[in-house]
Formats: sequence, structure tokens, C-alpha cells
Amino acid sequence: ARTRESFTQRIDELFLGKKQIDAALFDELEEILVTADLGIATTMELLETARRQVKRDNLSDPQQLKHIIKDALKSYLTATNRPAELVMPQQGPFVMMVVGVNGVGKTTTIGKIGAKFHAAGRSVLLVAADTFRAAAISQLKIWGERNDARVIAQHEGADPSSVVFDAMAMAVSKGYDVVLIDTAGRLHTRANLMDELKKIKRVITKQLPDAPHEVLLVIDATTGQNGISQATLFNEAIGVTGIALTKLDGTAKGGIVANITRELQLPIRFIGVGEKIDDLRDFDADEFIEALFAT
Amino acid sequence: MFENLTDRLEAVFKKLRGHGVLTEEHIAEAMREVRMALLEADVNYQVARDFVDSVSAKALGREVSQKLSPGQQVIKIVRDELVELLGGSTEQIRFDGRQPVTIMMAGLQGSGKTTTAGKLAAQFKDSGRRPYLVPADIYRPAAIEQLQILGDRVGVPVHPSTADTKPVDICRRAVAAARENNYDTLIIDTAGRLHIDEQLMGELKEIQTAVDLSEILFVADAMTGQDAVTVADTFNKNLEITGVVLTKMEGDARGGAALSIKRVTGKPIMYVGTGEGLDALETFHPDRTASRILGMGDVLTLIEKA
Ligand SMILES: Nc1nc2c(ncn2[C@@H]2O[C@H](COP(=O)(O)OP(=O)(O)OP(=O)(O)O)[C@@H](O)[C@H]2O)c(=O)[nH]1
Ligand SMILES: Nc1nc2c(ncn2[C@@H]2O[C@H](COP(=O)(O)OP(=O)(O)OP(=O)(O)O)[C@@H](O)[C@H]2O)c(=O)[nH]1
Ligand SMILES: [Mg+2]
Ligand SMILES: [Mg+2]
Repeated sequence: ARTRESFTQRIDELFLGKKQIDAALFDELEEILVTADLGIATTMELLETARRQVKRDNLSDPQQLKHIIKDALKSYLTATNRPAELVMPQQGPFVMMVVGVNGVGKTTTIGKIGAKFHAAGRSVLLVAADTFRAAAISQLKIWGERNDARVIAQHEGADPSSVVFDAMAMAVSKGYDVVLIDTAGRLHTRANLMDELKKIKRVITKQLPDAPHEVLLVIDATTGQNGISQATLFNEAIGVTGIALTKLDGTAKGGIVANITRELQLPIRFIGVGEKIDDLRDFDADEFIEALFAT
Repeated sequence: MFENLTDRLEAVFKKLRGHGVLTEEHIAEAMREVRMALLEADVNYQVARDFVDSVSAKALGREVSQKLSPGQQVIKIVRDELVELLGGSTEQIRFDGRQPVTIMMAGLQGSGKTTTAGKLAAQFKDSGRRPYLVPADIYRPAAIEQLQILGDRVGVPVHPSTADTKPVDICRRAVAAARENNYDTLIIDTAGRLHIDEQLMGELKEIQTAVDLSEILFVADAMTGQDAVTVADTFNKNLEITGVVLTKMEGDARGGAALSIKRVTGKPIMYVGTGEGLDALETFHPDRTASRILGMGDVLTLIEKA
């Protein structure tokens, strides 16, 4: 909370303290945007657009400049026509695969999402398709206890698609409402590991033609420009349908998601703001942009 | 890793080499491009600025060998500055101090502390030491079990911690147990925590006070962006870290964290993690890394001779 205050203070000082739009103001804006991980290319482009608009409309009020940048950012962040809310299927279970690079918060996010569904009165099945990471199965089982969900798991080293196959059969026959599949963290550059995800997806679709309904890519808010490559390659491999941005409770701004949503037109479904079961929020673009300007 | 930066810098240098005589304008232009390349590679904003300021000043002062063309001189300055940024010489864990040698891992959530603890244990064991793994993460679900599994895999004993014991007590008992069993190197795995979490940072300080720590290794994810320096700096200010481990280096991260953390903390990068397997840990070499970033075999040989 302290960081948030000082950040908001700073952007306000920046804009309120200035009587006019000048080069120094653009420099400060550059620093803020780059420091928020928007990347220098996007930052330059944003500032160039703003510069042109300032010139064309003969703007002089720094507040107007602030609005131009905020509007542009908002259009990046909302560049999708998919609904922000998860849409439940008419029939059968809602199936979600959760993917991402190592350690970003996939398993934890599944635990939190499971709790939300549970609170909404849905029956939830958690699927331990990370059979690779040491103690990944136990970790998911603990989350299953916390949110009252059944966990389908085999042993460490088992074939993830076989775990998913069993889980899908169980979900359909027992009439579960929601199936959340935890996958092992993997770098997007590892082709063989990306193939494993494709296989998991095929197994799901084979048993339930309209599934998975959601392929959620988890992005860690501390991620730099590499986030674009993560999103692009996961999307190419299995078709990402939404993003969860985790660890926003730190000091990182998570600005890379603006590039990702702009490039791939994906909705940001959730933000993670802590390690506890209720530390998951819906994404709010205005709030995010406000926080992005704070230092 | 670093490919992106390498490509960008190569383009800048190619232009520089094309000029017979270098004017101030040429240098300024090149430095603008170097700065862009650094920022695009996630180098911290302030670090990138200081870097080009320093290179510019030296390039204009021309304090280098006359055997090189003006363009090559600037490239040499960039190279030297890059080695400096990455930390100069290779630094390693010291085993000659207090015994048992006690190493604590610290860092943000999910950065790779537990995995790196397992990798270090394997390396130490291979080099003839008697390591002892100490799980002191009582918060993350199954964190103790995770380290136990890794210990089993590499054949290194793991302290029987339980999640209802305070981390500082776990560490005290582990040191006693190590003395009893002649383990000479303790590796303490701690829970991931935010640098701004004062309570949890306090917990690490408590361990620091209770146990004679030889090293505090700050573990950071190589894919981290601009926030890397804020985090590293805060951990360092709280704990006085002794070294840095950068994980997940085998991917296509642009490497800005690697280029920024040493400058801000003054602490050396000692190891890099290059995979999930327990043998994927390498010693970090600043000079070789700088050469790799600059990626110009022949030009570099020429410059190094000058
Ligand atoms: N501060 C904070 N920590 C989080 C958040 N989400 C997850 N974490 C922590 O990040 C660490 C990694 O989380 P996991 O859920 O295990 O990540 P993962 O992506 O499943 O990791 P792998 O399966 O190893 O790839 C854990 O310590 C979590 O408690 C968040 O929103 N904020
Ligand atoms: N690709 C790759 N993955 C790594 C590397 N080091 C660790 N990991 C993975 O990163 C994830 C997180 O590693 P952990 O060792 O659990 O991280 P941690 O810092 O102990 O996490 P917390 O205890 O939750 O804070 C796991 O999936 C590891 O397998 C590495 O060098 N490369
Ligand atoms: Mg996981
Ligand atoms: Mg750990």
C-alpha cells in the first residue's frame, strides 16, 4: 500500500507540478513507461503518437497529455473482443488448462480459481498434470484440501496426458462442473515440452469436443520483455484464450501485459495479489493503468 | 539468452566501423542506439543511462590504443564497460572461513531457490564435500517435501524439518545436527518472499543473527524486467547478500537482469541456472558473457590484443 501511495503521488506531482508540456515531461514519461516494463519500442511509439497529437491539437495542458497516454494504454489492454468473464458451457464441465513458464504461479492460481468456483457452488476437479516438478502433486493436493476440491493424480513421472484422460472421464461420468488442469512449468523455447501440451489438449478435445474452454496463460508481473515471446510461443503451440497476471502485490508494474494483449488480443482474466487463497482479483484496466504510473 | 542484444549491438558497431573518422555526432548517435538496445534487453533504465554516459565520456576522451581504428576503439570501450557491468572477474563461494560453511538461499517467490539448493548440494557433493540440505520454508505447500525429494535424488541428507517449527529454530537445530554428523556445508532453503514484506524479511534477519552464515545467495529469475534491481537492492540492503544466482538462463531472456543486478548491489553473480535438471548449474564468467553478448569473434580478438 505504501508503494502504491508514493507512486500515485509521483505521477500526480509530475503532471500537477508542470505548467506546460515540454521535453522534460516527455523524458519523465519515458522513464515511467520503460520502468513499468512496457519496453522501449512501445514507449517510443506511445510518446511519438502523443507528441504528434500535442502538436496537431496545440495542446499545452499536461493533464491532456496524461489522458492521451492513458487512453492509448487502455486500448492496448482491452484490445480483445472476447468477454473478460469466463463463459460456462451450456452442458458438461467447464475445462481449463493452466500453462506458463516455470514458477510464475500456475498451481497457486488454480488453487485460488478453484476456491472461487467452490464459493459459487460449483463442483471442482483439480488435475495434477504436472508430474515432473518435485512435490508438484502434493502441492496441488494441499490446495485441493483448502478449497474442498477432489484432486486427480497419478505418481511422479507419469504421463501427463494419461492423468488428464482419467480426469476427463471422471469429470464427465460424475458430472463435475469445473475441471482445472495444472501443467508443469516449461520454457516456451523447449519444443518437445510444448508438444507435450499439445498432446494434453488433444486428449481433452477427444473426450469433450468443445473443450478446453479456456487455456489460461500465467504471466508473472516481474517479467520483462521476454513476456512477449512467452505469450507468442504458448499461443502458437496451443492457442491461449486468457491471461492471469500474478505477483502484482510486489513493486513490479506488469507493463509487459499491455504489449501482450495488444499483440494477441487476449483478455486478462485475473490478477494475483498474494499467496493466500483469496488473493485473486478480476482485472481492472483503469486501476492497472493508475498503478502503472506510480513509482 | 542475449541474442537480441547481440543483434542490436552488432548493427550499431557495423555502422561505427564504417566511418573512417569518428565525429562527436557519430558517437552520440551510436550511444543513442546502444541505450535503446540495452533498454530493449531489459537493462534497468538508470543502469542503461549510466552505461552510455560512461562509454560516451571515455570515447570522447579516447584513452585507448592507437593500434585500433576509431570505430574499434569505441567497441573496445563498450566491451570493457560491459565486463565491468557484469562484475569483472569470476567469483565463487568460499569454503575457507567458519565451519561448517552455511549458505542461505533468499529471493522472490518462484525464482528457483529450492531447485538451486538441490543443484548446489549435488555440486558440493561431487567436489568431495559433505553437504546438508535444510528446508526452512514452512509456508509454501509441500516445500519441505520438495527439498526432501531433491535431496534424495542427489543423495544428500536433508534435515527433518517440520512446518510447525519456526524457521530460525529449524536452522539452529540443523547447525547442531550438522556438527554432530560432520556435515561441512549447510544449504538453507527459505520461503519465497517479497522484498517489501517487512515481516518476512525480519524472519531472514533473525536467521542471520542466530546462525553464522557464510553466504547469502540472492536467487533471481533471468526473465525479470526492470524490477530486478529494486528487488535485488532491497534484499541486499536488508541482508547484505554475498552473491547472486540467476536462474532460467537457458531460454530466450534478453538478460537485462544479469546486466543490472551487479551494478546496483555491487555483489557478484556467482552461478547461473540453465535448466530444471539438478546438473543444470554453471559458474558465471563475466568476461566470457560479455564476449558472448558482443558476439563478434574476430573483432574481439583484435581488440583484446590491442
Ligand atoms: N506474492 C505473490 N506470490 C505468488 C502469487 N502467486 C503465486 N505466488 C507464489 O509464487 C511461487 C510459485 O507459485 P506456483 O503456483 O508454485 O508456481 P507454478 O507456476 O505452479 O510453478 P511451477 O509448477 O514450478 O512451474 C509460490 O511461492 C507461490 O506462493 C502472487 O500473486 N503473489
Ligand atoms: N527452466 C528452468 N527452470 C528452473 C530453473 N531453476 C528453477 N527452475 C524451475 O522454476 C520453478 C520454481 O523453482 P523453485 O526452486 O521451486 O523456486 P523457489 O524459489 O524455491 O520457489 P518458492 O519456494 O515458491 O519461492 C520450478 O518449476 C523449477 O523447476 C532453471 O534454471 N531453468
Ligand atoms: Mg506448479
Ligand atoms: Mg522454494
